[in-house]
Amino acid sequence: MAQAAIPQTAPAGTPHAGGPPPGAPSIPDFEIVPRKGLPFVAVAIVVLVVGIALNELWGLLFLHVAAGAAWTIIDLFMGFVIGPILGKMSIPARIELTTRLMPKMVLIMPTVVGITLAAGWQVATKLETNLTSNPAHGWIVASYFIVAIMAVVALGLLEPANIAVLSELKKKQPNPANIEKLMKRFIYTSGITGLMQIATLIVMTKIASFP
Amino acid sequence: MSGERKLPPVTAMGMVALALVALAVIYLSAHLPEAVSVGPALALLGAAALVMLTAFVLLHKVEGFAWQRFYFIAARALLAYIVITGLILYVFLRNETSGAALWTLIAGLALFALDVPLLIGFTVARYAE
Repeated sequence: MAQAAIPQTAPAGTPHAGGPPPGAPSIPDFEIVPRKGLPFVAVAIVVLVVGIALNELWGLLFLHVAAGAAWTIIDLFMGFVIGPILGKMSIPARIELTTRLMPKMVLIMPTVVGITLAAGWQVATKLETNLTSNPAHGWIVASYFIVAIMAVVALGLLEPANIAVLSELKKKQPNPANIEKLMKRFIYTSGITGLMQIATLIVMTKIASFP
Repeated sequence: MSGERKLPPVTAMGMVALALVALAVIYLSAHLPEAVSVGPALALLGAAALVMLTAFVLLHKVEGFAWQRFYFIAARALLAYIVITGLILYVFLRNETSGAALWTLIAGLALFALDVPLLIGFTVARYAE
């Protein structure tokens, strides 16, 4: 995601008696963690737990491929399509998109990542590709490193920034400078995330092509 | 509270700790389910714990830091990451990981579950008013 969500609308230090500054774009009411989405997350977790307990290859592959595809596509789409579009939108539209989209991402991303990794490990165990003697083992280990790089960037920079931007937008007088600073993290890291997702596609198709 | 205020490099330290935990888990995962010596993983996790502890101690020395906000956010993030680490642990238990490898894995997951809330809590609290 790119660009700051809201502009500097008034000179620093201008008193506004607790409310938003005059002329400031209105910020829709939103929940940082949308409670309505939690049952869907719970269902996804239950499906994953049942899938792993049953240990049927089709079910595990479905969970791994579906969640993994969602993870890759969302990352690439957000970084290279939505991000640049967001940067060109009007300020009120940018705020509205941020406050509607980003809380959903707080729930969606950890869920798809958790399902991809847990189901993926179970698939590797079932197919024995995680054994050091398996010819695909090197590619499997390569995928661990790719996931680790993405995890450090996503969990160390992006998720904290996402929560902090939403927390800032919850304030009566959000500070545009803080939001801009936090949003820069999305611009700086979208290249790394995109590169790692392309590497994921290469590694996963390589693993799938082993006889 | 301004973002310009001098704060310890908690984000950088948290990311280093996260990378060390990831390396330890990769090392274990690259060998499991076969027998694995946990020494290198324990060394990496020890280093990660040290970095996290140092970050937390340095942060505690900052006067006027928004601790209430920090704990409010970190506690909720911790809850979420307990669920996520629980899922990862479940899949290893399902495949009968046991002994020293299991305990090392649990230590790694525990550090992971603490580190991410530290990062989220810090990032939010540094801009709190």
